[in-house]
Amino acid sequence: MDTRATPLRPNRAQASGSASALVAALPFLALLLAGVALPLFGGGYWGVIATRACIYWVLVSGLNLVVGFAGQIAIGWVALLTLGAYTTSVLAAGTVTPALPPYLALAIAAVVGAIFGLVVGLPALRLRTFYFAITTLGFATIVTQVALAWQSVTGGGVGVAGPVFPEPFASQWGFYYFCFGLAAICTWMTANVAASRFGRALTAIRDAEVAAEASGISKPVLLGAVFTFSGAVAAVAGGLFASLQSYITPDAFTIDLSILFFIAILIGGRGSILGPLLGTILLTVLPEFAAPLVAWSTFLYAVLLLVIVLAIPGEILDFRNRRSLESGRAIIPRPDRLERLLGALPNAGPLTLEQVRLSFGGVRAIDGLDLEIRPCQVHGLIGPNGSGKTTTLNVISGYYTQQSGAVRLNGAALPALARHRRAHMRIARTFQTPRIVGSASVLENVMIGGTVDGECTFVESLLSLPRHRRDEAMLRDTALLALEAVGLERLAAVRADRLQHSELRFTEVARALMLRPAFLLLDEPAAGLSTEEIRRLSALLLAIARAGTGVLLVEHHADLIFDICHHVTVLNLGRILAAGTPAEIRSHREVVNAYLG
Amino acid sequence: MIGSIVSSGVAIGCIYALIGIAYNVMFSASRVFSFTAGTLGMLGGVLGSLFIARMGMPVAAGFLLALAGGAALGIVTEIVAVRPVLKSLDQHLYVLSTLALALMIQQFTAIEWGTDARPFPRLFDIARGGFDQQFWLPMLACAAVIVGLELLYRHTLIGRAFLAIAEDSYAARALGLPERRLRMASYALAGAIGTLAGFAGGEMLLAFFANAPMLTFYGFVPVALGGMGNNRGAVVAGLLLGLFQQAANFLVGGIFASVAVFTVFIIVLLARPEGLAGATFQRRV
Repeated sequence: MDTRATPLRPNRAQASGSASALVAALPFLALLLAGVALPLFGGGYWGVIATRACIYWVLVSGLNLVVGFAGQIAIGWVALLTLGAYTTSVLAAGTVTPALPPYLALAIAAVVGAIFGLVVGLPALRLRTFYFAITTLGFATIVTQVALAWQSVTGGGVGVAGPVFPEPFASQWGFYYFCFGLAAICTWMTANVAASRFGRALTAIRDAEVAAEASGISKPVLLGAVFTFSGAVAAVAGGLFASLQSYITPDAFTIDLSILFFIAILIGGRGSILGPLLGTILLTVLPEFAAPLVAWSTFLYAVLLLVIVLAIPGEILDFRNRRSLESGRAIIPRPDRLERLLGALPNAGPLTLEQVRLSFGGVRAIDGLDLEIRPCQVHGLIGPNGSGKTTTLNVISGYYTQQSGAVRLNGAALPALARHRRAHMRIARTFQTPRIVGSASVLENVMIGGTVDGECTFVESLLSLPRHRRDEAMLRDTALLALEAVGLERLAAVRADRLQHSELRFTEVARALMLRPAFLLLDEPAAGLSTEEIRRLSALLLAIARAGTGVLLVEHHADLIFDICHHVTVLNLGRILAAGTPAEIRSHREVVNAYLG
Repeated sequence: MIGSIVSSGVAIGCIYALIGIAYNVMFSASRVFSFTAGTLGMLGGVLGSLFIARMGMPVAAGFLLALAGGAALGIVTEIVAVRPVLKSLDQHLYVLSTLALALMIQQFTAIEWGTDARPFPRLFDIARGGFDQQFWLPMLACAAVIVGLELLYRHTLIGRAFLAIAEDSYAARALGLPERRLRMASYALAGAIGTLAGFAGGEMLLAFFANAPMLTFYGFVPVALGGMGNNRGAVVAGLLLGLFQQAANFLVGGIFASVAVFTVFIIVLLARPEGLAGATFQRRV
C-alpha cells in the first residue's frame, strides 16, 4: 500500500479548530457586554429579573454538568438551593451561632452544598435513571419537610430573613453586578471543564459507559467531583436567592423551580454551555412578557418537557457540522505514524490466562481456558458463535470475574472487576458494536482514549491552569496522530454519529491506540468492512504488533486470521479445540470439520 | 399512645403500599416506572372531596367517579407518556415523559383546585372513636386490593394474560395476546388502585395538590425495598415504612423521621439496588 500518495493535512483541522473556537466565544462575549451594560437601559424591576436570571444560571451551570454532560436525571436539585439559602441566611442572621459576615456565611453554604451534592449524587453510581431521579426527588421532599419542622433554626413556616451583602453590593445594581460576576465565573469554569478531558469523559459516561471504563475513566471519582462542584454552586445560588428575596419560607422552594432548571438544560441541548445559558435566560424572562400566563408557567414548562421528550429527544439548539460530507471517501491508514504514536513501548511480559472457568447458571461459557498473548504478536481467537470468544475478552478486561483460574499480566494477577484499572495497565480494547459518543467529534472521541495520560486535576481544569492547557494540547496532538495512523484525520472535526460503520470501527482502533497499549483486544474489528478495508486493517494490525503491542484478535473472517496471526486458538463450547500456527490450524481435521467447513 | 401509633402507622403504610402496587401494576405491563403513581393518590383525595363535599354527590357515586377518573388518567398516561417511548426503552425517556405528565396534572390541580389543603368528607356517618374510619378505611382498601389482585391473577383469563405480559412480553405477543390493550387495561387498573389509595386515605392526607410528589416518593420506597413488580414485598415494606414513620414522628419528631426514612432508603438501595427481594442480571458488553 502506498501511504505516501495521500498528503497529510493535520493543520487544516487545527486552524479551523482555533477559528471555530473564536466563533464559539462570540455569543458569550455578546452576553457579557449586554450584562455589563444592562443598568444603562433597564428599569428597577428588570434589574430584579436580570439578577434572578444570573442566580438561576449559577445553579444551572453546575447542574448542566450533571444533567447535560453526565446524563444523570437529577430532578430535585432545588433542594441544594434551599440548603444554601437557609445556611447562608441562618448563619448571617446569627440566630443559632454568632452572626457571621454574609460572605463567610456564603462560603460555608458552598461547603455544605458541596457535601450534600456529593451525598445526594453518589447513589447515581449504583442506581439507574428512575431510581436516581426519585432519590433526588425524595431528597427535595425531605429538605422541605425539615425546613418546616426545624422551627428553632429555620423559623418553620414563618421563615427567616435573607442575608444583606454590604457595600458595594448592597444597592440593587451593586447586588446585580455581584451575581452577574459569579454567573460569569461559573460560565467560564464550566466551559473550561466542558472542553477538558473531564468534560469528554462525562459525555463518554453518558453515551458510551462501557467504552469510558475501558478508557480508564473512573466513574465514581469523576461523578464525585462533578456532584461536589454542582452542589457548591447550587448552594451559593441559594445564598444569593435568599438575599434577593430578602425573606425566605419553605414555600419559596417548590419542585417547580427544579423543573425550570431541568428544562432550561434540556431545551438548551445536552452537552452544551451556551444552550442551557440561553434556556435559563429565556425561562426566567418569558413569564414577565406574558403576565396572564405566570400562574400557568410551570404547567407550560411541563408541557414543554413532554413535547421535547416525545418530539425531539436529541439536541435542539445544535447547528454544528451540518456541512455535507464527501461521499465515497476511503480510509487509508498510515502505519508509518505508529512509531511516533506508540513510541518505545516498555517491554511487557505476556498476558496469560490459566485454567480460567466461568459459567452463567448452567452454561459453561469458558471451561478451563489457557491462553498466552505475547508482545509483538497477533493472536487469533476463533470459534463458532457461543464458543466463549467475547466472554474471554470480557474476563480479560474485567467485565466478568472468572470463577476459577487466573488472568496474569507479566506474572501478576489482574484485579477482578477493576475495569478502569485495565487502561492504566495499558490494556486497550474495542467492541463488537462500536461504542462511540455520537454527539462529539471524531477527534474528541479519540481523545477520550488518552484520558489516563492527562495529569491535571479537576480543579486545575475548572480554572484553566497551565497544566490543563498542556494536557489538552498533548491529547489533541496525540489524537491527530492516532487519526492519521488509522487514516481518518480528514474527519477529525466531524460529529461521530455522521460516520459510516467502517469509519466507526477505525475510530475505535484510534481511540484504543491513544493508550499506547501493551495489549490490544479487538472484538470482531472486521465485521461489516469491505474486502479492501479488511486488507488495510490487516496491514495496520500487523504494524501495531511490529511496534511492540500484543494483539488479541477475535474474528469470524478466517482469511484475516490466517493472513496476519502468529498464533491461533480455536474455541468450541468454552474449551480449546486446537491451538497453533495458522498453517497447523488450517490442516487440523476437527477444526475444518467443525468450523471452517 | 401505642394504639394510635399502630393504627395511624398501619393506615399510612397501607396507603404507601397501595401506591407501590400501582407502580408495580404499571411496571409489570410495560417495564416502566411512572411518576404519575403519586399523582393518582393525590387525585383520589381531590376528586373525592370535589364530588362528595363540593358537588354533594352520594358517597358511592363520588367513589365510583373518582376511581373512573383515576382509570382514565391511567389510560392517558399509557397513551401519552409511555407508549411513544417504549420503542427506545434503553434511553429511559419514560422518566421525563411521565414526570412531565405528573407535573401537568399537579399544576392543573394547584390552579383549578387551589394550593390549600382542603378537608375530605367523612364517608360514613358514625361518631369519631378510637379506631376510627380514617384508619380502617385504608386498611380495608389495601386488603381488598390484595385479595382482588390475587383472584384476578390466579383465577381469571385476563389476569393470566397480565402475568404473561409481565413475564415475557415478546413471547406473549407471539402467542397472539393483544399486548397493547392489555397494557392499557393494566394502566387503567393501576389508575384505579392509586386513586383508591388517596380516596381511602383522604381524611388523613386531605385533598391537597402537594400530596403528589410526597406520595410519589414514599410510595416508591416500598417498591424499591420490596423488589420491583413484587406486590407482597411492597405491602410488607409499606407497612413497615408507615409504622416506622409514625413511631418516629410521635417519639422523636418529624425531622428525624424524614431523615431516617431517606437514609434507610438510600442505604438499602446502595446495598441491594434490586431490592431486598429480587435479583436481576444485565449483560452490558
